[in-house]
Amino acid sequence: MNRLAIPKTYKLYIGGKFPRSESGRVYEVLSHKGDFLANAAKGSRKDARDAVVAARSALSGWAGATAYNRGQVLYRIAELLEGRRAQFVDEIVSSEGVTTAVANAQVDEAIDRWVWYAGWADKYVQVAGNANPVSGPFFNLSVPEPTGVVAIIAPQGSESLLGLVSAIAPALVAGNTVVVVANENAPLSAISLGEVLATSDVPGGVVNVVTGSPAEIAPWLASHADVNALDLVGAGDLDWVELQISAADTLKRVLPPESGADAAAPALQRILAFTELKTVWHTKAIL
Amino acid sequence: MTSSPMATYQPERRALALIGGEATDANLRRYLHGIPGIDAVGLEARAADLGTRSIKTSSKRWAIDTIIGLIDLTTLEGADTPGKVRSLVAKALVPDPGDPGCPRVAAVCVYGDMVGAAVTALGSAHAAGGTQGAGVQRVHVAAVATAFPSGRASLAIKLADVRDAVAAGADEIDMVIDRGAFLAGRFGQVYDEIVAVKEACRRTDGTLAHLKVILETGELNTYDNVRRASWLAILAGGDFIKTSTGKVAPAATLPVTLSMLEVVRDWHRLTGVRIGVKPAGGIRTSKDAIKYLVTVAETVGEEWLTPHLFRFGASSLLNDVLLQRQKMTTGHYSGPDYVTID
Repeated sequence: MNRLAIPKTYKLYIGGKFPRSESGRVYEVLSHKGDFLANAAKGSRKDARDAVVAARSALSGWAGATAYNRGQVLYRIAELLEGRRAQFVDEIVSSEGVTTAVANAQVDEAIDRWVWYAGWADKYVQVAGNANPVSGPFFNLSVPEPTGVVAIIAPQGSESLLGLVSAIAPALVAGNTVVVVANENAPLSAISLGEVLATSDVPGGVVNVVTGSPAEIAPWLASHADVNALDLVGAGDLDWVELQISAADTLKRVLPPESGADAAAPALQRILAFTELKTVWHTKAIL
Repeated sequence: MTSSPMATYQPERRALALIGGEATDANLRRYLHGIPGIDAVGLEARAADLGTRSIKTSSKRWAIDTIIGLIDLTTLEGADTPGKVRSLVAKALVPDPGDPGCPRVAAVCVYGDMVGAAVTALGSAHAAGGTQGAGVQRVHVAAVATAFPSGRASLAIKLADVRDAVAAGADEIDMVIDRGAFLAGRFGQVYDEIVAVKEACRRTDGTLAHLKVILETGELNTYDNVRRASWLAILAGGDFIKTSTGKVAPAATLPVTLSMLEVVRDWHRLTGVRIGVKPAGGIRTSKDAIKYLVTVAETVGEEWLTPHLFRFGASSLLNDVLLQRQKMTTGHYSGPDYVTID
């Protein structure tokens, strides 16, 4: 007797839960050959809005965690990614049409990159912060702090998992919370990453994954007054100048689109892009 | 909101005619227990059904402005200061400084000792004695009294509490019923207390401050009790029935409010008198508030959606409504940075 295969429903990841789109819409995710792979939720502007609310409420907890703790939590995600390797490889092979070896290499790279960023969590402040010299009996200290809620348009090209990891990991390091619009054509690794995050120590709402059309959702995130920064790394095919203009209305930090093989390459600058420098004065102790 | 219609309204005589005798425990019990019971499952299903209506675009815009105009902006904390009351009043008068077209709230609701501060802060915008002319919505001052929120004090203290607030200029008094007496079946005592408080609402010029009777439905346990308490409060002369103090969970819920609206509807059919309803506590989002508007319109009719017949007792609701309003005005989502922190 033939067994009936049970296909998986891919849903959104918002506030630590896996809801369907409030719009009820789904779209077909196809393999590189054009075969049906899965139905993914087609997120709407209201899903993006809910994701921002979740990200905002998770912010104080995540930003308030010690840098050492954030580093541990992020490192733990890398461990879990390793444990789910087979699933990620499988999804990459079917949706990107690459060999298992290439897919394995992409997962390797994604995990390594995650670990690399996790290591920065308790170090970037020492590099980017400073004790400024001043002409008086004061300490003058500059320290970077997280910007807040970061909306990210994930890279839309090949290497779906690596692109996603390269975009969200640096924003998380400093204590920002993230709303990411996944790769439209290859969203499966994004949802699976959501499942990894849900079973890790990352509090719900710190990372929110919305699948669907970036062209539809991005303008709402760019103009949303409760989003503090916008990473347009994967928005090269969108009208990204318009997105930058509407982001400017509410004074968001914006990163421009990147393309090519070294798009969103690991760099300290990606972490610092979503930090604000706070400078404080303090009297020197009288000894 | 003047008390003039109330001057000719004689609840005592009406109540006595209805219950067929003096307002004794026995008579009231016979009357209140003779009221048909509530089908709890049906009530909750009806409330849930009313909550599924889709209110969009121009209807939503109307609903949002209506909600703002029905809010009793409330601060009832032990840490209230005159400064806090002043900033509450400022928000009541200009809820959204970025949009002068935003309507004012109906009233501010404070503890009795803060009434003076609220009246001073309102100045010419105060409902009673205010000088702002027609076309400008004036704001009322509501005071909670009668040993709010527990109501556990002697009658003399409760009445003094009410008189103080009225003398300080309160337009509306939110009293709590004695839930202990109600649950023990001493309906006569609850009735007499409401009548006495109503009398204590009398100002020196003979007019009455509006009386809202808080049932504290979260402590009444059953819908049947809520219905009986609603009847009791109306029989005794309450101008408004209010769900909760906001200090007890659960506070206002849609089924409870629906059951109270049904009593108000029945009372209107019986006597032609319109009684107000005020759900308070636990209503935090515009979405929730819109469900209440739908429930009111469907149960007693749209004419109840005016400040002298329906209010929301809320503090955080206003901010959420303002965010929705900004979204509709600007076309993009707003955030908590664009409303005041209360």
